[in-house]
Amino acid sequence: MSPAVAVSELVKDNGSCRADDGVSFEVQQGEVFALLGPNGAGKSTTVEILEGHRSRTSGTVRVLDTDPESAGASFRDRIGIVLQSSGIDPELTVREALEFYGAAYSRPVPTGELIEMVELGEKADARISTLSGGQQRRIDMALGLVGDPDVVFLDEPTTGFDPAARRRGWELVERLASQQRAVLLTTHYLDESETLADRVAVLANGRIVAEGTPAELRARAGSALIRFSVPDSTEPVSDLLGPISGDIVGRDRHIEINTDAPTADLAHVTGWATERGLELAGLTVSTPSLEDVYLSLVEGDRPEALPDPDPKP
Amino acid sequence: MRLLWRCMRIQNRIFWRTPIAAFFSLVFPILMLVLFTAIFGNDDFDSVYGRVTSSQFYTPGLAVYAAASSTYTGIGVTLASRRELGILKRVKGTPLPAWAYLGGVVLSGVWVATLGVVAMVTLGVAAYGVNIEAAKLPAMVVTFVVGAASFAALGLALASVARSVSTAVPMANATLLPIAFISNIFVPFGTDTPGWLDLLGDIFPLKHFGLAFGEAMNPFSDAPAFEWHRLGVMLIWLAVGAAVAARRFSWAPPVVAGRTSRRRTRAAAA
Repeated sequence: MSPAVAVSELVKDNGSCRADDGVSFEVQQGEVFALLGPNGAGKSTTVEILEGHRSRTSGTVRVLDTDPESAGASFRDRIGIVLQSSGIDPELTVREALEFYGAAYSRPVPTGELIEMVELGEKADARISTLSGGQQRRIDMALGLVGDPDVVFLDEPTTGFDPAARRRGWELVERLASQQRAVLLTTHYLDESETLADRVAVLANGRIVAEGTPAELRARAGSALIRFSVPDSTEPVSDLLGPISGDIVGRDRHIEINTDAPTADLAHVTGWATERGLELAGLTVSTPSLEDVYLSLVEGDRPEALPDPDPKP
Repeated sequence: MRLLWRCMRIQNRIFWRTPIAAFFSLVFPILMLVLFTAIFGNDDFDSVYGRVTSSQFYTPGLAVYAAASSTYTGIGVTLASRRELGILKRVKGTPLPAWAYLGGVVLSGVWVATLGVVAMVTLGVAAYGVNIEAAKLPAMVVTFVVGAASFAALGLALASVARSVSTAVPMANATLLPIAFISNIFVPFGTDTPGWLDLLGDIFPLKHFGLAFGEAMNPFSDAPAFEWHRLGVMLIWLAVGAAVAARRFSWAPPVVAGRTSRRRTRAAAA
């Protein structure tokens, strides 16, 4: 079976900047795929190209074996879109909006079922203008699912939710994925991608800088992280760091060591400090979180942080 | 066809839940007829239709003004607002055909215009003894249909040119109101009115709409009382409006502040 979404070498020029700069990935049926990245990384642009809302500069894009740019109503009948930037008629009630938009699809989900799914039962006959922000996002979600789609695009589905609503939003996405749909979600929340996604692609400056399961991404950081600070007065730390086997990230005198041999490296560090009678402030050993990997990926890709290897004219 | 019907019904429902739109499209023009006849009396005077009562002069003009306001202003502002709220973008992502959605908005505007005209003419006939004749009814209906269609097309053009509600509203008012003053709607033109004002009014469709409709109600005109050249001018404007809309209409919200625009409008609504 061909993938639900296949993107290859996607480029999108937005005049002055490149929103997508050679993006490639695939999403299989039944898979939850997260595009993770900071604001402005190109997540929304990528998703809008896949939905057919925007044209691309170059590259190949297939969604359900269709090119979204030239697709018609039969394509949109099979996709569901939950966008950040699309509103709902504030004068309508929840039920009216679901019935009106549902009627456009060939296999609409019954309104009552949707209302129950997004837990808007007590608000079913309330005008949308009277709903709270979180409730509006939930009807957004319901409207994205009203056509029983094969592929669902969720653009930052829980932005603006309180923690409890967020948890419920996640349960909803998990239920979607269990129904053999492909779900492509964008988020800037790490915990969201870690909880929901089968696979994650980290997008920064229009490029995918890492891709894999959350566990694979976490593994990129080594099995342990040793952090400590050395006092200002001490001699240069090169003889301390020389024999360390892991990767060293030094920020002034705050040192982080990513290592696959935490026992040996820690023994060396503490030995060095004890010899000199030093106390290492904030000494910790921890398992690196996805956040550590993410920050190193995203910050490492900032143009100002690195000399540009391939300056654009 | 069922899709179109469904889209029109939902637009009507939204219209009746927007009291400000209902006021300006329906109540305001009727209020003007009541006020004008109260201020000027209902005596005979020399008008473009000959010597008729002031209500015989004002009823067709204000009926047409109500029709133009609920199509041109109504459709233009509605669509600009839907675009700004991202509703048009949502529609574009569903299988609902564009023609059905836009057709629903247009038909809903035309339906409101029909109500406005029927209410105005009924009031004129019942309260002020305004003349209508069965033999000229076809001319009234055809003039209304052509006029409402051309102002609906101009409404689509307005929504295409104005990028936001805050530009659509002043653009609609700044065009419709001054033109109404030179189109025998609010002020009757006499023999001493400057000729260039008369000519200026002739360029725009509102005057032709009003006079063609008024001629079909004029007690001195002969049935069937079709004003073909005036219908022709309106059809030209219909083509202009449709051409502008076909070239310029956009479904995507203006990208002023990007994704924050929706949240801001929601916050403002809350």
